[in-house]
Amino acid sequence: MEQEQPSLAVCPACVAMPPSDKIVPKLKADATEMRRIELSLPSVHCAACIANVERALAARPDVFGARVNLTLKRVSITGADSVGIEDDLIEHLAKIGYPALPLDSAALEKTRTDKVGRDLLARVAVAGFAAMNVMLLSVSVWSGATDATRDLMHWISAIIAIPTIAFSGMPFFKSAWSALRVRRLNMDVPISLALILATGVSLAETLEHGEHAYFDAALSLTFFLLLGRYLDHRTRAVARSAASELAALEVQKAQRILPDGRTETVPMDALSEGDILLVSAGARVPVDGVITNGSSELDPSMLTGETLPEAVTVGAQVHAGMMNISGPLHIKTVGLGEETLLKQITRLVETAETAKNKYTSLAEKAAQIYAPAVHLLSAGAFIGWGLATGDWRLAVNIAAAVLIITCPCALGLAVPAVLAAASGRMFRQGVLLKDGVALEKLADIDMVVFDKTGTLTTGQPQVLNANDIPEAAQAIAADLARGSSHPLSKAIANRFATTGNVTSISEHPGFGTEGLLGGQKVRLGRANWCGYDGEPPTQTATWLKIGNAAPIAILFQDQLRPEAKETVTRLLSEGLQVLLLSGDVPAQVRSTAEALGITDWVAQATPSDKVDRLAELAADGQKVLMVGDGLNDAAALAAAHVSISPASAVDASRTSADMIIVNNDLTQIVQSYRIARAAKRRILENFTVAAVYNMVSIPFALAGFATPLMAALAMSASSITVSLNAMRVGRMK
Amino acid sequence: MNILILLIPISLGLGALGLGAFFWSIKNDQYDDPKGHSMRILSDQYDDTPKDD
Repeated sequence: MEQEQPSLAVCPACVAMPPSDKIVPKLKADATEMRRIELSLPSVHCAACIANVERALAARPDVFGARVNLTLKRVSITGADSVGIEDDLIEHLAKIGYPALPLDSAALEKTRTDKVGRDLLARVAVAGFAAMNVMLLSVSVWSGATDATRDLMHWISAIIAIPTIAFSGMPFFKSAWSALRVRRLNMDVPISLALILATGVSLAETLEHGEHAYFDAALSLTFFLLLGRYLDHRTRAVARSAASELAALEVQKAQRILPDGRTETVPMDALSEGDILLVSAGARVPVDGVITNGSSELDPSMLTGETLPEAVTVGAQVHAGMMNISGPLHIKTVGLGEETLLKQITRLVETAETAKNKYTSLAEKAAQIYAPAVHLLSAGAFIGWGLATGDWRLAVNIAAAVLIITCPCALGLAVPAVLAAASGRMFRQGVLLKDGVALEKLADIDMVVFDKTGTLTTGQPQVLNANDIPEAAQAIAADLARGSSHPLSKAIANRFATTGNVTSISEHPGFGTEGLLGGQKVRLGRANWCGYDGEPPTQTATWLKIGNAAPIAILFQDQLRPEAKETVTRLLSEGLQVLLLSGDVPAQVRSTAEALGITDWVAQATPSDKVDRLAELAADGQKVLMVGDGLNDAAALAAAHVSISPASAVDASRTSADMIIVNNDLTQIVQSYRIARAAKRRILENFTVAAVYNMVSIPFALAGFATPLMAALAMSASSITVSLNAMRVGRMK
Repeated sequence: MNILILLIPISLGLGALGLGAFFWSIKNDQYDDPKGHSMRILSDQYDDTPKDD
């Protein structure tokens, strides 16, 4: 921060009167306390955005530095450690058109600098440097260098190769060792063996002034395999940082009422049993409890899938996750322990996860066949040649050649290169893949199970019977609804045009709104408040009473997402079965299913019903993709073969889902399925390519005709073919 | 063949130089925001005066 002032001789004026922009940094330097603030900026996307955000932040005196990270869509700010600076900055950014969200910087600190990634990258770089140099030295050997020159080349190669293998090969050695310790074989065992054997044999050959040294092959093998490892890591790191970002966004807080009547905002884990909490209209109930004051309606759709609000008053039991829609409530927390609904759901999720069959990924399957086969071949070649010729040095040489030639170089790249390309592709489209294996699983599905509320629908009510309501009444309803933040009022205000004729409108929390129209009293609100005492309708309803006339019912229905129909149609045309599995009442589920063209539907399914249903389907051999967002879906998401949640889902569902649709666009399900299918095809093609290269070269190696040149060519050619093939996934339309 | 005594160290030295530069770029956070860097190059906010820090 300290800067040089020009000397008096150069510019006396500058010293007497520094330019104004130089005063600000001075101010900044006085504030000794600094703090790092991380904000999520979902809307930054271009060069101008970066410049706008950074300039706007730098202009503030309480900001010392700001840097936008476009890859992670974040800005990291060094600012004064003053109270409320975070909120000030968010407000400031919102004013210039970039809505920002606070991130828990402590949780993000771990992922901020990607240590493992940098470490891998350094190893890749060393291996690449060594491989290129040794390859150059080898060219002279291949082109006919003999005697002392060849020995010199081999010696220089050895000096470069041995420390490089020791450094760059470490990830493979470590992983192979941990597999061997539990008596298992993974892909890294043959890799490590090949590396060590190749280096050892080559060193022995060099000492003996031999002809064949495989230093170049060992190094390029390390280089290509590390590249695969790095791609794999990169895919995971991006997904992990995005996932931790989603988690950091959801900072749950509760409003606790103090004995003196004031309220304070406290984090969830600071609550204790018996606390009185305030749940304002439009907020979610934070914990299970009993209402001690107020009356309202609660929307249980996140919990049960039902869209019909439940009227509650003092003494009623409420559950965490319900949305309070009309009046403010005071609740006394009762269940913080094992018996809350949330805990029960969590238990259900855990059981569902353990009951699920373990999935063996394609890479693991390949390793299970490949590793023993290669070891047998190599051991066979060693024993065979040893017994046949009695020349054990030749036998070791041939065994090493077999291991190197068959080395799973292309196999090591086959899966990670495809997954990196595919998950990058999906990330750009707004789908977050938590784990590469989920992509393989997605390619296998033959059935899609949808939740209804919040997944196929928006969760926003929409007026259903507009045509049955007289126009005059529509205008009155709109006038009354205009000032209210109740979700039903908002739906009315959106649907009907206002005239502004209703005067002296007042809101009665928990009941509705009241006003005057030419001396007549008009009311919009709950049934009994508006004088309706007949049968309650099967749908969400509000009532409009004009003077002494009979109240008019305004019915609501949950609105379908605009792309829901297209999504279902496209899934059906891909040859997938579609099932609607909802916790809502049959009438609602049937109408949704009919509107979307879904023939199979199940209504009133409890969370455990959903899990049971998925277990049945799995037992029948169906591979199910579950799409859901509510708390009631969390266990089903965990039980399904593979699962997707929209980003609007509750935390528990996002945690158990394998994929998250960040932009909430359902058609991405179809697109992701197509990418997954293509990715799986590419992986299998890559395995074939690698196998063909091996099959061609193994006979040469076994017969003892293999040369280091051949090994180098086969390895590079197969690795390049496999990588290029993988990149096609990223470019598909 | 005596030229090898000169050429091999030179080629290794040049390679090591590249490797060193790569390590420097890793340390210098140049792989943390690949998308942002590709955009920043398009910025037309020229620095007419040197930065303060």
